[in-house]
Amino acid sequence: MSIRERLSGNEASAIAMKQINPDVVAAFPITPSTEIPQYFSTFVSNGSVDTEFVAVESEHSAMSACIGAEAAGARAMTATSSNGLALMWEMIHIAASSRLPIVMPLVNRTISGPINIHNDHSDAMGIRDSGWIQLFSENNQEAYDNLIMAHRIAENKDVMLPLAVCQDGFITSHAIENIELLEDDKVKEFVGTYNPEHYLLDANNPMAVGPLDLQPFFFEHKHQEAVAMNNAKRVILEVAKEFEKLTGRKYGFFEEYKMNDAELVIVCMNSTAGTTKDVVDKLREQNIKAGLLKIRVYRPFPAEEIAKALSNAKAIAVLDKATGLNACGAPLFTDITSAMFVNKTFVPTVNYVYGLGGRDTTSKQIEKVYSDLAQIAKTGIVDNPYRNFGLRGDE
Amino acid sequence: MTNDLLEIRWHGRGGQGAKTASLLLADAAFNTGKYIQGFPEYGPERMGAPITAYNRISNNPIRIHSNIYEPDYVVVVDDTLLESVDVTAGLKETGAIVINTTKSDEYLKKVLKGYKGRIYTIDAKKVSIEALGKYFPNTPMLAAIVKVANIMDEKEFLEDMKGSFKHKFAKKPEVIDGNMKALELALNSIKKIDN
Repeated sequence: MSIRERLSGNEASAIAMKQINPDVVAAFPITPSTEIPQYFSTFVSNGSVDTEFVAVESEHSAMSACIGAEAAGARAMTATSSNGLALMWEMIHIAASSRLPIVMPLVNRTISGPINIHNDHSDAMGIRDSGWIQLFSENNQEAYDNLIMAHRIAENKDVMLPLAVCQDGFITSHAIENIELLEDDKVKEFVGTYNPEHYLLDANNPMAVGPLDLQPFFFEHKHQEAVAMNNAKRVILEVAKEFEKLTGRKYGFFEEYKMNDAELVIVCMNSTAGTTKDVVDKLREQNIKAGLLKIRVYRPFPAEEIAKALSNAKAIAVLDKATGLNACGAPLFTDITSAMFVNKTFVPTVNYVYGLGGRDTTSKQIEKVYSDLAQIAKTGIVDNPYRNFGLRGDE
Repeated sequence: MTNDLLEIRWHGRGGQGAKTASLLLADAAFNTGKYIQGFPEYGPERMGAPITAYNRISNNPIRIHSNIYEPDYVVVVDDTLLESVDVTAGLKETGAIVINTTKSDEYLKKVLKGYKGRIYTIDAKKVSIEALGKYFPNTPMLAAIVKVANIMDEKEFLEDMKGSFKHKFAKKPEVIDGNMKALELALNSIKKIDN
């Protein structure tokens, strides 16, 4: 029996971490993820976990401490947002290339500047090619479930890569909502213990961590990292299957909502997917064939599977909560259209940048996107693929 | 899916506890078996600045994640906001507004710009000072919205809040009785304006 609760996304993440009971948590506070290490430090002080909590002086140090702990053979976690992640950036790549399966809740907040504490996905997009697995979460439940699955994916010997669990800052991190929790013993059994093949404190098998790696083997090591990211696809699905057996909750690379016969399709991530589902239901009552593809696994990017899922659509809108600043489309759009092109899925597709810096995303805006798609489906003409919604002056 | 979604918007000032009240309301409705959302709209938060908080309550899972633009109910914790914030914006006429105020009916009708739904007032300051000896408007306003929106049975609500306060004030048990008294007094201090 699961436990019926009501928690914010941050509380849910902290409770998942309590149930995981990692060996080390090293963190530095930054809005809106601050509550996660804050709640977790309470669990440390009241003895409900036996984690070594390291209150570091910066996010660069938080990631460095996690790297040190993981290299030593421990299970390490941290949490951050926005510029905290930016300050980690150097160590983010070193964690991945050293093949250290650190797990980190990433409560998405825009990257400065201008300075702003609110939600968009520009922080996560900054590490999209860093070798971190990235799972996105629609609500508190998914943030919790993704964290419970995280170590099983990251620590798999065919993967050995760090993993970030994203959720929308404030929108879900600070909203109290219903959630189904697992019992502590079930989580403990599911997550299991971490037994690394190689670790620094293994006195019988001395090793070096992070040595100079020049022309002879650097390329091969990078290639191994890329292969590991490919392997993660299989492992993510295997772990999801086991998780479904435990909870009844089904997870894949993405969620297909009313996609069976969908002609007008929105692709998006995190909390906007929930708002979009309500709009899809409303449009279905009017016999409009609307559908939603919600990306859960952003890295590794399931390109072939996404292209196939979109192949029967008549018009597609990719919603990006981050701007590309590249004159050729925002990150999710370029990923999706590249996946479609390579897999010969040719459907008119447009990009909408939206919700930057916490601009509220409303049902009306989503309805307007579907009505734009209906127009594109009818005419087959895309006059401008690079669009916005919710921008002043555009309404 | 039955469309039973109840949406509530809170207007207050930083430090008055509107956010806490919205979270307590979410708690109370959750305990009756409902699906709930309780969330503040975070801005540049500081003491005295206008803040908005929201609640959604439903028998079905709640998926929408946007602010509330067409609320069924509005709670105004501080009547000095009435002239600077459009508190009835989008408020359904089938719903109601509950205001912490001692201002005249005429004044209220004027600042609410002809809102045609029900208008309720409560002197939360009087209730709070009588019950707690201090001015914390959020507890009386919580009771007021529970009653006006008929969110749950009054007895059940009081029973449930006793549990919540025990948890919330675990380190200050001396304020539990006062807060319970504030709820009880508030339930009997709500006035309806004829409009």
